[in-house]
This record gives sequence, C-alpha cells and structure tokens, in this order.
Amino acid sequence: MNDLIVFNNVSKFYGEVLGVNQISLTIPPGITTLVGPNGSGKTTLMNLLTGLVQPSSGSISVMGISPQDATDFFRNVGYCTQFDFFPRGITGWQFVLDGLRLHGMSQVEATRLASESIERMHLGDAAHRKIEGYSKGMRQKIRLAQAIAHHPKVLVLDEPLNGLDPMARAESMALFEELGRQGMHLLISSHILDEVDRISDRVVLITGGYLIAEGNIHQVRQEVHEKPMQVLIRCDRPEVLASKMFALNHCVEARLHADGRGVFLRTGDIDQFYSILNEIGSEGVVRIDAVAPADDNANAIYQYLIGPDGSAS
Amino acid sequence: MRQTKSLRGTLGQQPWALWWTQGRRLTGIEVRRNLFSWKALWIYALAFIPTAIILAHALVDIHRVSAIDEDTNVLAGIIQLYYIRLGVFFGCLGIFTRLIRGEMVERSLHFYLLSPVRREILLLSKFVAGSIAALLLFVTAIVADFVLIYAPFGAAGRDYIFNGPGLGQLEAYVAIIILACLGYGSVFLLLSIMFRNPIPGAIILLGWEAINPILPSLLQRLSVAFYLRHLMPVEIGAQGLFALLTVKTEPVSAGLATLGLFLLTAAVLVFCCLRIRTLEIRYTTE
Repeated sequence: MNDLIVFNNVSKFYGEVLGVNQISLTIPPGITTLVGPNGSGKTTLMNLLTGLVQPSSGSISVMGISPQDATDFFRNVGYCTQFDFFPRGITGWQFVLDGLRLHGMSQVEATRLASESIERMHLGDAAHRKIEGYSKGMRQKIRLAQAIAHHPKVLVLDEPLNGLDPMARAESMALFEELGRQGMHLLISSHILDEVDRISDRVVLITGGYLIAEGNIHQVRQEVHEKPMQVLIRCDRPEVLASKMFALNHCVEARLHADGRGVFLRTGDIDQFYSILNEIGSEGVVRIDAVAPADDNANAIYQYLIGPDGSAS
Repeated sequence: MRQTKSLRGTLGQQPWALWWTQGRRLTGIEVRRNLFSWKALWIYALAFIPTAIILAHALVDIHRVSAIDEDTNVLAGIIQLYYIRLGVFFGCLGIFTRLIRGEMVERSLHFYLLSPVRREILLLSKFVAGSIAALLLFVTAIVADFVLIYAPFGAAGRDYIFNGPGLGQLEAYVAIIILACLGYGSVFLLLSIMFRNPIPGAIILLGWEAINPILPSLLQRLSVAFYLRHLMPVEIGAQGLFALLTVKTEPVSAGLATLGLFLLTAAVLVFCCLRIRTLEIRYTTE
C-alpha cells in the first residue's frame, strides 16, 4: 500500500458532455486545493475519486485501493459532499452513528466516535434534533462530522466552507490544518481561495474539464512565466529601493505600500531580482526588513491561469 | 477439483461476518425508515381496506353456520383478486421502488454508497428491509381478515379453523403473500434501478400478469401470478371479466411453484446486484 492518490489518464463523459478529460495526477499526503470555476469538473473529479461516478476511461486509486473495493476504500476515505440532502427524518446523532455502525463497529465504539466528532464540530446541543431543523451551517458541520468520524486517512471536502459563519470557517480551517499536520490527505475544493490558500501545500487547477496546472503553489506560480512575479519588500526607503531595482532588474511595476514602509515590485526574472536585492541590502543604502512574494497564492494563480471569467488564458 | 478447492478458498477468505453485521444494521435502518413513515400511510390503507370492510360485516351481518363455505370463497376471492392483483402489487410497488429510486429522488442515496459496504450487500439489505415491511403489513392484514371472517361464526368458526381445513388455508395464504411480496418486490426493485420512472414498467407488468393465463406455457412461467395461482387452497369460480384473471392453466405442483418463484426472485436479484455495481450518483438528471 502506497500513500498516494493517483488519477491515471481519467476521462468522464456524461453522454456527449465532457466532465473531465485525460486527467493524470499523483497527489501525495498533505492539503491539496482543487481550484476552478463553476462547472470546471471539480465535483466530477471528487465523485470519480470516491466511486460515485465511474470513469469513462482510465483508472483511480487511493493508497493503492480502488473505489470499487468499498469495504477497504471507505475505511480509509471520508467524503463531505456538496449535496445538501439527508435521509428523511434523521437526527444529527443518528446520521453520524448510522454511518459508523456500518463500519462494523460495536455500539460502544460507534457511540464514542460519534460523540467525539460531533463535539469537535461543536454540535453537541443540536445532535438529537432532526437535521431538517438545522441551519445551512449546521448541516455543513454535521456532514463534516460524519466524514471525519471514523478517522479516515483521506478526507475529500467539496466546498466545505460553504454556509459557515466566519467563526465556524476559522474553526474548520484550523481543523483541516491540524489534520494535514497529522499526515492526512486532504483534498479540498473551495472558491474561498484566500482562506484555503493559507493552509494548502499543493494546488490543482482545473477548468472546462482539463487540468491546467498542479503542484506546490510556489512552483506553479514560478512556472507562469508570462506573468511577472510580485514581491513585497518591507524597508525604510522604498522609493530609493524601487528606483535602484528598476535600474538593475527587469522590474515592470512598482507600487508603494499604503503605510509607506514597503514597496510592491513586479519582475520578469525572479532569480536575478533576489540576487540584486541582496546586493542592495549589503550596500547599506536601504535597510531591508522583510521580503515576501505577494502573488504566489492560489488566488493569484487562479486569476493568471484561469482568469476572472473562468476561461483559461 | 482444483477449481472447486480454489473457489472454496476464495469464499472462505471473504469477510462474511462483517457483511452479515453490515447487512443486519442496514436492514434495521431501512425498516425503521420504511415502516414508520407518513409517506407509507397509503400502503397501510391498501393492506387494511379489506380488513375494515370485513370488520364492518362481522359487526353488522348475521352469520349463519351454513354461510361458512360462502365466506370461505369470499376470503379466497379477496386474496386472489384484491391482495395479489392490487394490494400486494401496488403496496410492493410503493415500498420497493422507494428503496433505491426514492433515495435518488430525495438525493440521499450517496450516503450509503459512501459507506464501507459492498453495493451488493446494500442492495440485498434494502431488499430484505422492504420484504420485512411488506410482509409485516400484508401478513398481518391477511391474518386479521381470516380471523374476522370466521370469528363471528363462534364455535362453528373455531371448528372450521382448528378441526377443518381453515388452518391449512391460512398457512397457504400466508405462504402466497410471502412469495408475492418477494416476487413483486424483486421485480419492482429491478425496475427502479433500470428506469428513472419505474411506473410505466409497473403498468406493463400489471398488464402482463393479467394476460398471463392466455400466454403460451413457456411465457406463463415468467410471471409471479402464474406460480401463486397454483398455490391457492380454494378455487374461486369467477365470472364475467374476472374470469380472465382466473383462467385455469397447465397444473404445476405446489413445490415446483414455490421453487419456480424463488428462482425467479433470485435471478432478478442477481441481475439487480450486477446493475448496482455501476450505478452512478447524478442527482441533477433525476
């Protein structure tokens, strides 16, 4: 058994409509964000991964297990879907407990795990109420509680932050971060890129059913050569630094930070940029306090590769 | 020989205990949801309408001992013409099409497909749960009908049941209802897996069952009603339109009829298991 999620040349067609086309991906443990506009194939990819739909061609495995082998597969995988529907007349407690009992656990063990996950999602007070009476955020939380209750090694989350208030969103993000640190696989699709970006190790960009880019966010950003990279430099004399950098490097844009103690610079040659910046710093003319990439995040990559209208550039 | 040994080895390695546990739990969940639901009220009504009518007769009419044979024929008619043709047929349609298609419509089937349960176990557990729900309703109704038919006759009624053919007839009716629920249940389950709307298929089946007695011998065997007819303990002499439903056909022994219906049910369930392996969740097309 390996620890990889593997899509091997996977295509899915719904009749004549393309779901995803020839996707080949290998995802190591950690937090991976699936990014793409509505209808790009994110949910199809997640449904293919969990066997809810069958690939038209290609194969999928999670830690060497095929989704067809439900018994082994779903012991290791939890999927929090985007479908906001539940079995009729069920309470939150029953919903989580029934799922655990189907793993073959004893009543005692299932009760313990159900309590643990429901408490973790702060739903203890509402657990014995019918889900029909839950708010959207509570329904999202109970789905999350059910997906993590059996301690899966792989957690697939389709828009997990939808409907959550800012506090619950922050708590969920902290939970995902903690699970990622524990060595779990987390595959998250979300349109709240700024928040997911903070905890993601990798990004998979998809649009129109095609894979646009994948990998570590910084690597993917550097591969987007046609878009000069933006760097924020915190220093005591930003105007002087900007003029020096313009003179020596392929800088194409400079913008002062709002507080006047830093400058955003765009450069077409990032390696040379850092080398020159080091030289300027060692000259002592400008005191450099901090340097940080300003646009190698999922949001910027999305804008550069997919564009605001969702059409790949 | 080696192949048999290998097959036995493969079967021995399967997690039968886990499958049994999962099957029991799924069945429990499904029975809870199927049996105690407001949406099932019309099925309760289908099962107990004759019971209510027989109860009214028991309370209002005067029962003379000489009328026992007539009431026995009435009960046989109710079971053959109402329960088998309509009550059990439409009751099973309601119960068994809900098991898979109903959950697709309510968009809740994916929770089962995302659990660590083989799809075949899921399907068979749902079938067992549907059968338990249907049998509880219809067997209870048949037993109640039987008791209400003979109870007003007092000692003569008790004598007919315990010293006459009564108890044997009740056993046969219960067996017929069990087989009818299993047979129709499996067919409706299959229709609900194959078609987005199983109702047209059910109507065709209803027509097929009606014209079955006039079909060639081989085609007659592809019917639930064909086997049930041969298990009826009391023959009813129907007239007019009802005669079409009670045409005498090639005689089949009770054992063969029971076996035939079990085989038909098993074959349909095997096909259902094959179909559910490739079932996809595409709620937007429901």
